[in-house]
Amino acid sequence: MSTETKKYPVGMHPALPPPSGSVGPVRWMRDNLFSSVSNTVLTFLGLYIIYLVVPPFIEWAFIDSVVLGAESRKECLKIMGEDRGACWSFVYHRWGQFVYGFYPMEERWRVDVSFVLTALTIAIVLVEKLRAIKAVLIAAILFPVISFFLITGGSFGLAEVPTNKWGGILLTFIVGLTGIFVSLPIAIVLALSRISKLPIFSFFATIFIEFIRGVPLITLLFIASTLLSYFLPPGSNFDLLLRVLIMVTIFSAAYIAEVIRGGLAAIPTGQYEAADALGLSYWQSMRLIILPQALKISIPGIVGSFIGLFKDTTLVVIIGLLDPLGIGMAAIATTDWAGLSTELYVFIGVFFFIFCFGMSRYSLHLEKKLNTGHKQ
Amino acid sequence: MKKLLPIAVSLAALTAMNVSAGTLEDVQKRGVLKCGVSTGLAGFATPNDAGKWEGLDVDLCRAVAAAALGDAEKVEYVPLTSKVRFEVLKSGEIDVLSRVTTWTFTRDNSLGLNFAGVNYYDGQGFMVPKALGVTSAKELDGASICIQTGTTTELNAAEYFKLNGMTYEPVPVETSSEGRANYIAGRCDVYTTDASALAAQRSVFEDPTAHVVLPEIISKEPLGPVVRHGDDQWFDIVKWSHNAMLVAEELGIDSKNLDERGANANDPAAQGLLGTNTSKLGEMLGLDKKWAYNIIKQVGNYSESFERNVGKDTALKLDRGLNALWTNGGIQYAPPIK
Amino acid sequence: MSGTQVQENKTVTLGSLWRDKKTRGMILQIFAVIGILIFIGIIISNTVENLDRLGVKVGFDFLSEPANYDINQTLISYDSSDSHFRAALVGLLNTLLVAGCGIVVATIFGFTAGVLRLSNNFVLNRLMQVYVEVTRNIPVLLQILLWHGIIINSLPVPKKAEALVEGVFMTNRGVFLPQPIPQEGFGWVWIALLVGIVFAVFFKRYANKVQMQTGKLLPAIWIGATAIIGLPVLTFLALGSPLEVSYPALKGFNFKGGFVVKPEFMALWFALSIYTGAFIAEIVRAGIQSVSHGQTEAAHALGIRPNFTMRLVVIPQALRVIIPPLISQYLNLTKNSSLAIAIGYMDLVATIGGISLNQTGRALESMGIVLGVYLFISIVISALMNVYNKRVALVSR
Repeated sequence: MSTETKKYPVGMHPALPPPSGSVGPVRWMRDNLFSSVSNTVLTFLGLYIIYLVVPPFIEWAFIDSVVLGAESRKECLKIMGEDRGACWSFVYHRWGQFVYGFYPMEERWRVDVSFVLTALTIAIVLVEKLRAIKAVLIAAILFPVISFFLITGGSFGLAEVPTNKWGGILLTFIVGLTGIFVSLPIAIVLALSRISKLPIFSFFATIFIEFIRGVPLITLLFIASTLLSYFLPPGSNFDLLLRVLIMVTIFSAAYIAEVIRGGLAAIPTGQYEAADALGLSYWQSMRLIILPQALKISIPGIVGSFIGLFKDTTLVVIIGLLDPLGIGMAAIATTDWAGLSTELYVFIGVFFFIFCFGMSRYSLHLEKKLNTGHKQ
Repeated sequence: MKKLLPIAVSLAALTAMNVSAGTLEDVQKRGVLKCGVSTGLAGFATPNDAGKWEGLDVDLCRAVAAAALGDAEKVEYVPLTSKVRFEVLKSGEIDVLSRVTTWTFTRDNSLGLNFAGVNYYDGQGFMVPKALGVTSAKELDGASICIQTGTTTELNAAEYFKLNGMTYEPVPVETSSEGRANYIAGRCDVYTTDASALAAQRSVFEDPTAHVVLPEIISKEPLGPVVRHGDDQWFDIVKWSHNAMLVAEELGIDSKNLDERGANANDPAAQGLLGTNTSKLGEMLGLDKKWAYNIIKQVGNYSESFERNVGKDTALKLDRGLNALWTNGGIQYAPPIK
Repeated sequence: MSGTQVQENKTVTLGSLWRDKKTRGMILQIFAVIGILIFIGIIISNTVENLDRLGVKVGFDFLSEPANYDINQTLISYDSSDSHFRAALVGLLNTLLVAGCGIVVATIFGFTAGVLRLSNNFVLNRLMQVYVEVTRNIPVLLQILLWHGIIINSLPVPKKAEALVEGVFMTNRGVFLPQPIPQEGFGWVWIALLVGIVFAVFFKRYANKVQMQTGKLLPAIWIGATAIIGLPVLTFLALGSPLEVSYPALKGFNFKGGFVVKPEFMALWFALSIYTGAFIAEIVRAGIQSVSHGQTEAAHALGIRPNFTMRLVVIPQALRVIIPPLISQYLNLTKNSSLAIAIGYMDLVATIGGISLNQTGRALESMGIVLGVYLFISIVISALMNVYNKRVALVSR
C-alpha cells in the first residue's frame, strides 16, 4: 500500500478519526481518573482502599470458608487449618430455623405455600402486564387471607401453630408485610385528617403523628411487650406478636402519613378547585382526583418507608421475638457454635441487603417511570 | 386517629371475653399452664435437642401443672429475659414465673407480686479465668465485671465493692449468651451472677477447667416461683406444689415407691399426702385428691428433681449444700402437710 | 317567595343539616372529640383498675431513692448511692454525647461522600456509591452489633496492648489516651480563646464592609484563624504551661489514669455515623443537583471564579434543600442511639428505662420519662427547623 494520500476536491475530504488521545480508554481515564494531581492521588487512594477491603473479605467469606462437613466451630477450625476463614456451617445446620423459626417440621409446607402466594402477590402488584387483569387483583386480596389461615392454622382441619413458634425469615416477612399493608389505609386517613380544614381532626392527627415520629421504635416495642396490658381491661391479654404488629403498624402509619401529606401538598390548588367546581363531594374529589395523583407522587417515598420498616423488624429481637437475628443469636449461644458472631451478622446483613437493595432499585425505576413530564 | 377507635373498641371487645375469674379456673379452662422460664440456663430451664424444656425451674412448672391439671406435660413455656419477667407476670400473660428469681423485700412488696417459696438457695459469686491467678474476690480491685442487667446481681456487686472500698468497671449485658461472649473475648475479667448460674455457664465453655469460681459468696439469693397479688388460692397451690416435693423427700416417697407407700395403711402421713386415705387435703386447695400424687408420680420429689437437673451427675455438678433438707444439714424446710 | 322561605325554615331536618358543609363539619368534629375522649377514658379507667388490682401505686417519688447500681460511663459524678434521677441524667447525657459525636462525624462522612459521589473521578464515585448502598440497606442494629463484635474480638486485652504512640493504647476495653488536666491559671487560656473568637468575628465583619465598599479582599480567614489559635497559645506559654498530662498506665486489671473511650461507645458511634452518613450523602447529592445549572453558568458569565461559584452561589442554594432532611436525619440518629441497649451502652433507655425500671418496678413512670425526653428533644429540633425554614423560604412572586 502506498502512503500516497488520495486527492480530494477541496472541502470533500472525509472526516479523519479523532486524535488517539481524545477518545477511547485513554481519554476516558484521563478525564475520569487523572484529570489533575489531586484527582490522581484520590484515585490511587480509592484503589488502595479497595485493595485493603475487597481481597481479604473475599478470601475470608469464600476462599477460606467452610460450609459443609463441620458439626461445630471446632471442626470448622480443624478443616480450615492455618487460613482462618468464615465458618458458615451453622447457617447450613440451622437453615430450617432461619427460615421458619420453631414452626413444626411437618407443618412447614404451609409456610412454603404462603411464601409462594406472597411472591405471586408481589409479582402481580409489581409487574405491569399482570396487573392489568382484574381477576388477578382479586387474588392479591385473596392470597394474603389464605396465607393468614395457612400460617395460623386452627381451622379447615389444620393444626394450630401458636405464634411463639413463628420465627426467622417468616417472622420478618409477617411483621414487615403486615406493617406496610395495614398501615397504608391508616396513613391515608391520618394524612387527610392532618391537612383537613376541620381543626379537631388536624389537631389530633398532628399530635398523633408527631408523637409516634418523636420517639424511638424500640420504646414503642417495649410498651407493646410490657405496658400495653395496663391499658387493656383487667385480666385480658392478647398475643405478643399481635401487640408488636399493632405497634409496628401505628409506627409505620405515622411515617407514611407524612410521605402522603407531602404528596398531597404537591398537588396544585387548581386540582382541588376544579374538583369543587365540578360539584364533587369531599370523598369523591379525594377518591377520583386528588388521591390518585398524590399517591402516585408518594410511591417512591412509601417504598422508602417500607425499606426502613423492613430493616426495623430486626428490633423485635430486643423484646425476645426470634427473627433471623434472634435465631442466629440463639445458635451462637450454644457450645457448638459459640464465637461466630461476625459470620452471623454478615449473613443476616446480606439477607437484608438483597431485599432492601432490590426494593430501592425498584423504587428508582418507578420514580423514572412515574415522572411523566411534569418536571422540566 | 379515627381509624384507631374502632380497632381499639373491637380489640377491647375481643379481649374482654377472656377476663379472668381466678387463675386456677383460667388454667383449667385453658387446659394448659403458662409458665415463665429463663431464655436458656443450663440446669434450670433449657430446651433439649428435641425441643423439650428441662431443668429445676421447669420441674416446678411441671409440678404445678400436675397439681392443677393432673398432667405435668400440659405446660406452655414462655422464655423471658430478666428485664421483662415481672411485667409479663403482672400483665397476666403467664400464670406463674419460675425463673431463678431472687426473693427480695422490694419485689415482694412494691411490685404487686408474691413469692411462693424457695426452690433453690443461691448466692452471688464470681468466675474468673484461671490464668488470671486470682484466688479471692478481695483481689478484684479495678477489674472489669460482666453483670446481667435487670437482676439483683448488679445491686449486690455495687454494694460489695463499695463496702470493700474497691472500684470496678461494670459491663452490663442483657442475656447470658451476651455475657459469655463478652467474657470470652476478654471484654471483662470477671463474670458475676448466682453461683449456680456460674456453674451452668462454665459447663458450656470449651474448656470448663480453665475457669474458677471464687470462694466468696457475696449475697443471699433465695430463688423461687412468683405469682401475682390478689389470687390467694393460686398462691397456695404454687406454694404447696413446691412443699409437696420437699415433704415427699422428707418422708422418703419418690416416683418409684409412691404406690407402695400410699397403699400402706400404717403410714398416715404418706397416705394423707398421696390422697389414698379419707383426708381432704386436695379439696382444701380446690384441687383433685391426687394432686400431690400426680406431682410425685410425674415429676418426682425434690431430691429426684435436683439430682436430675443440677446434681452430681450433671454438667453443673452442684452440691446439695444449703439445699439439703433441714434434717441433712441444709435449710430446705417445708411446713408439714397435715 | 316569603312563603317558601318559612317552609324551609320549618323543615330543618337532620338530612338538611348533614348536607350543609359547615354543620356537617361541626357534627363530625363533635363525634370525633367524643370518640377520642371515650377512648382515652377507657384507657385511663383500665389503667387505674389494673394498678389497683395489683396494688401498685403510681408516683415519681422513686426518683429520689438511691439507685444502688453502677454505671460505667458517667459524664457527671455518679455513685451507686446517688438517686434514680441522677442515674437518668447520666443516661440522658450519654445519649446526648453519642448523638452529638455521631452527628458531627455523620455530617463529615455524609458531605464528603455526597460531594465525591458527584465527582467525575470514576473510582471515587463508584466507591462512594457502594458505601451508600451497602450501609443504607443493612439494619443499623446489625451494624452496631457487628462493630461491637469486631472491637471486642480483634483488639487486644489491656495486658497485651502495646502503646501506639506514647500514652495511647488500643484495647478491647477502650482506647486509652493521655488526659490533659488543667492546673491553676488555665482559665486565662479559655478567656484568650474567647477573645480570639470575638476578634475574628468582628474582623470578618469589618472585612466584609471593606469588600462591599472598595471591592478589596482582606485575608479575613487567615487573620481570624491566627487570632483564634495564636492568642490562647501565647497565653498558655506566657503562664508557663499550666497543664499536666495524665498518662494511662497498666495497673492490675486495667489501665489507670488518662482518658478512655469505651468500646460500647465507639461501636455505637461508628455504626450510627456510618449509617446516617450514607443517608446524608444522598441528601447532599440531591441538594447540589437541585441547583439549576443556569446558576453556575450565570456565575461563570459574571466572571466569578469556580470555587467562589461553589461557595457563594451553589452551596447557599443547595443548603436550603439540604438542611430540612438533614435535621430529620439528625433526629433519626438520636432516636437510633436507643439501640445502645443491645450492646450495653448506658444511655437513657438503658438507665431509667432499663435498670431503674426493673429495680423499682415503676414501668409506667419510667417509660413515661423516656418517651417524654425523646419527644422534648424532637419537638425542640423541629421548632428550630421551622424557624430556619421560614427564614430561608423562597420569596416567590
